[in-house]
Amino acid sequence: MSTLAVFYAVLFYVATLVLLGGLAYRIYEYSRTPAPLKIPTTPAPTTRAGVAYRMGREVVLFESLFKSNKWIWVFGWMFHVGLLLVLLRHIRYFQEPVWFWVEIVQPFGMYASFAMVAGLAGLWARRFLVDRVRYISTPSDHLMLALLIGIGLSGMMMTFVSRTDIVALKAFMLGLMTFDFQPLPTDGPLLVHLTLVALLMIIFPVSKLLHAPGVFFSPTRNQTENPREHRHIAPWAAALEKNKP
Amino acid sequence: MAAPQFEVPKLSDSALTEVPEVQEGAMSHVKAFVAGQAAQEFLGYPWELGDDWKERVIGRMGEVLQKYRSVRVFLDACVHCGACTDKCHYYLGTGDANNMPVARQDLMRKVYRRYFTLPGKIAPWLVGAEDLTRETLDQWFNYYHQCSECRRCSVYCPYGIDTAEITMAGREILNYAGYGQKYSNEILAKVQKIGNNLGLPGPALEDTLAGLEEDIEMDTGVPVKMPLDVEGAEILLVTPSADFFSEPHVESLIGYAKVFHAAGVSWTLSSHASEAGNFGLFNGSYEQMRTIAMRIRDAALELGVKRIVVGECGHAWRVAYSYWNTLTGIGYGGDDPFAKQLQDQLDPRYPQPMHICEYTWDLIQQGVLKFDKSANDHRVITFHDSCNVARGSRMGKEPGGQFTIPRNIIKAVANNFHDMAAETIGESTFCCGGGGGVLTDDLMEVRVKGALPRMNAYNAVAKDQGVNFLALICAICKAQFTKVLPYYGFDMGQVGGVHQLVSTAIKLED
Repeated sequence: MSTLAVFYAVLFYVATLVLLGGLAYRIYEYSRTPAPLKIPTTPAPTTRAGVAYRMGREVVLFESLFKSNKWIWVFGWMFHVGLLLVLLRHIRYFQEPVWFWVEIVQPFGMYASFAMVAGLAGLWARRFLVDRVRYISTPSDHLMLALLIGIGLSGMMMTFVSRTDIVALKAFMLGLMTFDFQPLPTDGPLLVHLTLVALLMIIFPVSKLLHAPGVFFSPTRNQTENPREHRHIAPWAAALEKNKP
Repeated sequence: MAAPQFEVPKLSDSALTEVPEVQEGAMSHVKAFVAGQAAQEFLGYPWELGDDWKERVIGRMGEVLQKYRSVRVFLDACVHCGACTDKCHYYLGTGDANNMPVARQDLMRKVYRRYFTLPGKIAPWLVGAEDLTRETLDQWFNYYHQCSECRRCSVYCPYGIDTAEITMAGREILNYAGYGQKYSNEILAKVQKIGNNLGLPGPALEDTLAGLEEDIEMDTGVPVKMPLDVEGAEILLVTPSADFFSEPHVESLIGYAKVFHAAGVSWTLSSHASEAGNFGLFNGSYEQMRTIAMRIRDAALELGVKRIVVGECGHAWRVAYSYWNTLTGIGYGGDDPFAKQLQDQLDPRYPQPMHICEYTWDLIQQGVLKFDKSANDHRVITFHDSCNVARGSRMGKEPGGQFTIPRNIIKAVANNFHDMAAETIGESTFCCGGGGGVLTDDLMEVRVKGALPRMNAYNAVAKDQGVNFLALICAICKAQFTKVLPYYGFDMGQVGGVHQLVSTAIKLED
């Protein structure tokens, strides 16, 4: 096996560990930190099922963003839905045989990459064109968009312009999963694509990409609005009652 | 009204407020008065920064991050999308960059990133992380007192990030550093020493209530009572102390008394709990908030009341509705001895606590109250949803009852009602500009400019529908608009409470 293949094998093991370990730690940290007061943004659902429905609308449709700003919503939703389809399409590189629905999603996943990159481009344009968004943008906000666009474009290069040896790549990936190491194709777009994806995985748990798990832990969105019927109290707050009854 | 030291914004031609261009530092000169030694020490905070202020700020920040999931998640989750940037009334009124909700959060986020996250420790320049400096701390003080914690931004954030939580955390940390705000902290001391925010002692309260009883009897010929500290009364009314002597607040107090009289119920005020307001909320201090709320529990236990009703006050209702059960066990569902003690005393047929609007609307639906709607015919009324009621609480059984119930009451007691533009009411309501501990003369520029979005919406209905009465259910809104309306060319007499309208139209019998 070439040095290059070894490098990428190690890179992906590290990236996967950082991503999974980091996210698990964040989720543990969020779930362990109490929300001592009932602070749902009202009007809010009064049942658990209602909260699940609200969260579903938020995560699938970006409901609050839709209320807020139609441009950000259009670009943001295009990007996220595009990314989702692209990711689903990629499942086939990690399994043999390939699930039926993953086969079906293939053509959608290919063309979704255009929506993904167009959405990202729109979001990036706003960082230059809207004075308020320009003001709040940090270097990392720009670099994150550059990274995602880089991933999208390098992937599209392989799909639409200069195909890589996809059979060999799949063998490499399956090999990583079964510790049966295989050679890796060495064309430029593929190596750029893999490098950027690994980088994204590594920075995920320490970056603003934490909005993905974060939204599920957001007390203004995930709390049931029933404070008069249910006594909600955090452990550290309950301790105050014990000190002075 | 003294001549303003600043330029009052121009009203727009429509109900909506144009989004201004970003201006760095447009409001950096506005700084609230800093709390002095007496108030800080009473509240258990240091009263000057001292040599170790940085350690204390970072230390307290670490504790807040352990205690409040909201702060931790909100500091992590923001992607700088910009959805909130044009939602804050203070940004719309001032154009100051730091009054964009995300920028207000970033004042804390840059410190959080530097001291509590890996990228901020390694590459601060990349992720907008910065060392904590005196300049940053001053920015915190200035801009965390240019936020009324109204939560409008939280409605529009795709992750529900609530800048109010950050502002509260910021003020809590500032207090621990010895950098408190005079207005809020003096009130916090007063309510704990004397029993209410205005510092009105028991005997003075008794006199005031007796005087009001005389006034009502002279006015209506009916002996409507304002009982104080009556043991065994069915209902304890807890209301903002401004209701006892501020105009137009007192008109609503008269309205509550008339409603209780017409319902034929026994009720009482408490001199121990003569304040519904709870500024502990504004400062993000769970302990202060709990101590202050505990007075209401104590009064309820002492007087043996069966029901607790809360008067017209926005943040007080948020604390009462959303937090009292947590803080003091006023509510249901507790199985611990502390909560049970009070629960067993309260009448389970009613929600506890209950808003005065819920109480009055129930009676109207039962047909208990009779009105002469024409008595309000000189008024063309609109209703301003108070931020804390709209986005931090509820009335009635269904979500959104906080919007329908007050409007239903107005329509039941008056003939002329028009809502303001849909984008400015309900969950999208604009703060009056004076909430969250901003209602002080040293922040008058913030208050006047922050009222602009509401004033534009009001101006539109005033011009198009002839509206001449702004109905409110919040003591702070009432005080704020009374002061601010004249800056925009309206008479301060156009401000009043929903129960002032009830009071005007209700028919009383002996």
